[in-house]
Amino acid sequence: MSAITQLPQISARRRATDRAMRGVLWTATGIALIPLVLVIYYLIHKGAGQWTSNFFTTDPNGNFFGNHGGIRSAIFGTLELIGIASAIAIPVGIAVALYLTEYGKDSLFANVVRYFVDVMTGVPSIVFGLFIYIVLVVSKVGGSGFAGWKGALAVTLLMLPIVIRSSEVVLLLVPSSLREAALALGSPRWRVITRVVLPTSASGLVTGSLLAVARGMGETAPLLFTVSYTMTATGNPNTLMNTLPVQIYNDIHSPEPAVIARAWGAALTLVAIVLILNLLARAISRRSRMA
Amino acid sequence: MIPDGTTSKDPTKMPDAKGPSEQTETAPPREATRARTAEGHAVNVSDLHAYYGANEAVKGIDISFPPNEVTAIIGPSGCGKSTMVRCINRMHEEIPGARATGAVKLDDLDLYAAGVDVTAVRRLIGMVFQKANPFPTMSIFDNVAAGLRLTGQRGSDLRETVHKALRSVGLWEEVKNRLNAPGIGLSGGQQQRLCIARTVAVGPEVILMDEPCSALDPVATLKVEELIDELKERYTIVIVTHNMQQAARVADSTVFMLDGLVVEHGPTTEMFTNPSDERTERYVTGKFG
Repeated sequence: MSAITQLPQISARRRATDRAMRGVLWTATGIALIPLVLVIYYLIHKGAGQWTSNFFTTDPNGNFFGNHGGIRSAIFGTLELIGIASAIAIPVGIAVALYLTEYGKDSLFANVVRYFVDVMTGVPSIVFGLFIYIVLVVSKVGGSGFAGWKGALAVTLLMLPIVIRSSEVVLLLVPSSLREAALALGSPRWRVITRVVLPTSASGLVTGSLLAVARGMGETAPLLFTVSYTMTATGNPNTLMNTLPVQIYNDIHSPEPAVIARAWGAALTLVAIVLILNLLARAISRRSRMA
Repeated sequence: MIPDGTTSKDPTKMPDAKGPSEQTETAPPREATRARTAEGHAVNVSDLHAYYGANEAVKGIDISFPPNEVTAIIGPSGCGKSTMVRCINRMHEEIPGARATGAVKLDDLDLYAAGVDVTAVRRLIGMVFQKANPFPTMSIFDNVAAGLRLTGQRGSDLRETVHKALRSVGLWEEVKNRLNAPGIGLSGGQQQRLCIARTVAVGPEVILMDEPCSALDPVATLKVEELIDELKERYTIVIVTHNMQQAARVADSTVFMLDGLVVEHGPTTEMFTNPSDERTERYVTGKFG
C-alpha cells in the first residue's frame, strides 16, 4: 500500500448537479422573498408618512374636505376585539389541545375532535361571520344588532382551530419520559400538566397563539357584518366598533387621496401592532423559562 | 408531628395523596428528615401477567423481593424485565392499551386492590429510568423538590430535605454552589444521580431502577453502583440491567427472565457460578441472548 497523496475525484457531473440544485433552491427562496419585501416596502413607503401624533390621537370624522381625522378609534377597537377573542380562544384552545395529547390520545372521540378542528381550519372566515350574523346579529341578542363582542366571537371561532392545532403539535414534542418521571414521583396527572408539560412547552404555545392572534387581527370579512363600522372610539363592546381592517377597507374605497393614504397608515399600524405583540410575547416566554 | 417509626414505617397505611393540607397534618416527615431504621419492606409479585394490547409481555410471574436487598433482573431484550418492574409501581398502565393482572404486594398491602390510589403507590415505590430525565425547565434544586412540593413541603423543611437528598446521592459537593442552575446543564452521570436524588427525596420504601447506567460511562456507572450499595441500607432495590458484571457487583440476588417468565431466581454468586438451569448458565456465560 502506498500512502494517500490525493483525495478521490468527485465526478464533474455530480459537482454540476450539486451546483444546479443549489441554484434552484436559491432562486425559489428569492422568488418567495420578492412579494414579501415589496409588501413591506410599500407599507412603509406609503404608510410611514401618515404617522403623525394627530394620526394616532384623533378619530376619523367623515369630513370629505379638510382634516379627515386619524385612526384612534380603529386601534382601540382592534385591541378590544382581539383582547376578547384571545381571552376566549387561547385558554380554550390550549385546553382542547391538552385534552387531545394528555387524555384523549388515540381514542375515537379525540380523533373526531381532531377531524372537526381540521375542517374548521379550512373554513373561510366569512362563513364564521355569516354564522354569527345569523345567530346573534339578526336576532339582536344583547339589545343591539351589530356589536363588538359579536365580531370578537367570530374571530374567536377563527382563532380556535389554529390555537388547537399549533398547541397540539407543541405538546406532542414534550418527551413522554418527562411525563413518566413526574408520574413516577407520585404526581397526579393535573400536576404533571401544570408543572411539567405546560412549562416545557410554554414558548411553543406562545408562538402558536401569536400566530392565531395575528391571523385574527387582520380579519376583515367576518367583522363587516358583525361589528359594522363607526367613527368614534368606544369601550363598550356591545355597540358598533371601529377596527383597523374595516377602516382600511372603507378608506380604500374613498375617491379622496388623503383618505386612501390614511388606509396605508392604518395598514402599517396593524403590521406594527402584530410585530410588537410578537416581540413582547417572546420576551415574556423567554423570561419565564429562565425563572 | 407524629414521631418516627410509627405510621411512616407501616406501609399498610398509604400516604394521603388527596390534598397538601391534610398531608402536612397527618404525614410524618419524609425520608431525609427522619432517621431511618434499617427495616425495609418486602415486595411480593404473584401470578403477574402484563399485556400491551393483545400481546402478553409478562406471562405469570411469582417473585419476592426481600427487604434491604438489591435484586437484579437480567435477561435478553424483550424478555419482559422492564414491563415487570413497571408493574410494581403501576407505571405500566400509563402506556395506552397496556394492562396487568395478578397481585403485587408491598408487605401486606395489595397495590392492585380496588380503590388504591396510584399516585400514593408511586410515592412509596420510586423509579429511576434508563435515560436521565431531569425536568428541563427546572433548576437543580427544583428538580429534587418537584416531588416534595406535591406533599405541601415548603420553606426550610423543603430546603433541608432537598439538601439531604443531594448529599445522599453524593451530588452535594458538586452542585452546592449552583443549585439554581438548570438541571439539564449537568453531565450525564450527574443528571442520573440528580434523578435518583429526586426519587429519594420523596421518601419511598422501594426504589425501582430500569437500566440506570446504560447511558453512563464507566466512572459514572461506578458512582451510581456505590450509591446503590449505600441506598440498600434504607430501601429495597430492584434493578434491571443488561450488564452482567453490574448484576454481579451490586445485587444480593439475581432473577433471570426469558420470554416473559422467570427462569431462575437465586443468590447472585450462585446464579453466576453455579446456576441450576442450563438456560441461565448459557446466558450468563454469553452463549446466547
